Amino acid sequence: MKHYEILGNKDTRSGFGAGLLEAGQSNENVVALCADLTGSLMMNAFQDAFPTRFFQAGIAEANMMGVAAGLALGGKVPFTGTFANFSTGRVYDQIRQSIAYSHKNVKIAASHAGLTLGEDGATHQILEDIGLMKMLPGMTVINPCDYNQTKAATKAIAEMAGPVYLRFGRPKWPVFISEDTPFIIGKALMLNEGTDVSIFATGHMVWKAIEAGHILAAKGISAEIINIHTIKPLDEEAVLASARKTGCVVSCEEHQRHGGLGDSIAQLLARTEPKPMEFVAVNDSFGESGKPEELLVKYHLDTPDIVEAALKAIARKG
Amino acid sequence: MRSTVELQSMTSQVRRDIVRMVHAVNSGHPGGSLGCADYLTALFFRYMKHQASPFDIQGKGQDVFFLSNGHISPVFYSVLARSGYFPVSELASFRKINTRLQGHPTTHEGLEGVRIASGSLGQGLSVATGTALQKKLDKDSSTVWVLTGDGELQEGQIWEAVMFAAHNKVDNMIVAIDFNKQQIDGSTQDVMGLTEWTSKFEAFGWAVLEMDGNDWSSMETVIPQAQALLGQGKPIAIVMKTEMGQGVDYMMGTHAWHGKAPNDEQLAKALAQLPESSDGDY
Repeated sequence: MKHYEILGNKDTRSGFGAGLLEAGQSNENVVALCADLTGSLMMNAFQDAFPTRFFQAGIAEANMMGVAAGLALGGKVPFTGTFANFSTGRVYDQIRQSIAYSHKNVKIAASHAGLTLGEDGATHQILEDIGLMKMLPGMTVINPCDYNQTKAATKAIAEMAGPVYLRFGRPKWPVFISEDTPFIIGKALMLNEGTDVSIFATGHMVWKAIEAGHILAAKGISAEIINIHTIKPLDEEAVLASARKTGCVVSCEEHQRHGGLGDSIAQLLARTEPKPMEFVAVNDSFGESGKPEELLVKYHLDTPDIVEAALKAIARKG
Repeated sequence: MRSTVELQSMTSQVRRDIVRMVHAVNSGHPGGSLGCADYLTALFFRYMKHQASPFDIQGKGQDVFFLSNGHISPVFYSVLARSGYFPVSELASFRKINTRLQGHPTTHEGLEGVRIASGSLGQGLSVATGTALQKKLDKDSSTVWVLTGDGELQEGQIWEAVMFAAHNKVDNMIVAIDFNKQQIDGSTQDVMGLTEWTSKFEAFGWAVLEMDGNDWSSMETVIPQAQALLGQGKPIAIVMKTEMGQGVDYMMGTHAWHGKAPNDEQLAKALAQLPESSDGDY
């Protein structure tokens, strides 16, 4: 099992803020909007550097999405910023009609996704956003795993044409992807080659998958760990190649089992080469208040849950 | 510049297009379309500075128009075709399979003249505000024009946009509110009786004018007044009184023709009231 050094402990939203600033420096058409959460989204640096290219939308997310579509229409590259809950469920129809159907080049930057939002509780812990966004035709869906990857993803999506949903989180989290790792939209990132089980993880769960890989290695199990940062379009080739090699699959995500990354992988396998598969995800329930780590334990999204899922998947190979 | 008489003749032709399009597929929204035919003809043939061909979806350096109440697509399509955005003959494909003239306007099939999808109400004002801001950032001094329904103002997003546009001094945008006092379920007064639009928009910091959108002398007075208010720090609204079904006697004074097509006999009766222009039917 490959060793990943922890390079720091930083929140992915800060990676977004840093990436947005650099995107703004390299492309004068990059503009940003925020619905009264500028500090939470780490957009202050962009606002300070480019005050005329930053628009405070107030607590009015539906309008923010429409304004972003209008800015994009005239050639700007707008990034909208608010919590993942308000970036998706609250404004679904606006995104569907004015952005996705109209194919406008809007980047929806969504922070505080998933259970690791923590103490604010279930009203804010959206676990359905990946599903909502990946169902929209033409929408790219990205959920990076650490500070460096979020920063790189932010810069990468500023350079691509078309609507993107970029999902990241609140807590400080281990940084382990090197700064110089290129971010290629739609290309899975191999973190550890293995032979017994394929673990596909996204977002914060990637680090948990690496921890699980070490535990499995100690048991003599060789886990292949692949970071799926781009959930849509899914890197089908990489998923199939790995599943074919190991013969069983585990998906890991801070999202509902219904509609998430696991669903996309399962659908691909069902259409091509079915394999035993286990899902580490929230099982049809809302979250609650608590510390991020406590919530991951309670909702079975922790390292031992991934180990258990891997052992189960291997046992089902028969 | 075309004379008022010529534009009125064009408007009659647009109204013919509307009822024929809706009749041909036995679906669509004639009432609001007929009511707004004068205004859209006035905009596209006189007041807007725009280029139909080649169509630039970004609208750089030209006035752009957003139809927020997308269900009145028949009038939008007719005026676009008649002003050269796409062939007039294509109006015959309205709402049919494989058409670019979808039930509600969309960019999806690449129809020239359409810059954003609309249909789900309340979104167009936000989009237009974004484009108005983009024009300011790019030092493009042209104007953004928007049409909304009056029933549409019941949507909360409209008021988010109304606040945002005033706060950001979006003074390069003229929004006409189609004050026809009708919506699907009845009169706006009965459905949601809050229709004192002038005082409401003024209270939100907008410059507001009132106009009769079926009276050319009123439009010829008020539209230039609205243009004269551009660049003065406030977004501009025109509360535009219209008659749903204008030009077809049996469609006027009721909400019944909001989303209903005429039958063969009713079509003939409508066309008899609407003289064909020299451009002729599609």
